[in-house]
Amino acid sequence: MSNADVVVCVLISIGLAFDVLGAIGLVRLPDVYCRLQATTKCVTVGTCFIVAGVAVWAFAHGNPSMGVKAILCGAFVLLTSPVGAHAIARGAHKSGVPLWEKSVINQYEEDFAQSENELDIHER
Amino acid sequence: MTTFLQVALSVLTLTSFLCLWRMAKGPTAPDRTVAMDALGTVIIGFCCVFSLMQEREWYIVLAVVWALMSFIGSVALAKYLEGRFYDE
Repeated sequence: MSNADVVVCVLISIGLAFDVLGAIGLVRLPDVYCRLQATTKCVTVGTCFIVAGVAVWAFAHGNPSMGVKAILCGAFVLLTSPVGAHAIARGAHKSGVPLWEKSVINQYEEDFAQSENELDIHER
Repeated sequence: MTTFLQVALSVLTLTSFLCLWRMAKGPTAPDRTVAMDALGTVIIGFCCVFSLMQEREWYIVLAVVWALMSFIGSVALAKYLEGRFYDE
């Protein structure tokens, strides 16, 4: 194994560790919002590490078009995954999924109630 | 390198089965959506490892397309969830 292959193996191993931990969080955590934050961060970063490993492999083996595509894929995952997660969290909250009973704060609910009060004042 | 990639593929398979378990168990519709989003991201990693194993470039193109479709699906499902109550 050359030096580049060792780097590729290390990057893919880190990515796999993140992926598995994110999936364990998805199974073990108590409510939608906890699961969402575990999977979004861990699985996204894990997949980006795997894609980075592939990019290093491609550039080391003289295949730059594959490397550029891999970098494009990683950038795309890094950009879109948080946007999708935010949309899902917003949809879950609006559809009335309750928080875990031991949650201590719900600032979105407070902000929502406050803005509705202000709307009432303006209507009067 | 081949052995390492085979181990990597088995670990990714385990991860996707954990996501599928959450998708089957629920209990609410947003839980299933979160599991689907995570599964889509894991499959992108799967395609990348497969491209190293087979030394084919087009698996990376598959991963890019999968990332696009997964994002569109997540956002569409989230918009759908906004108009519904959680156990409908």
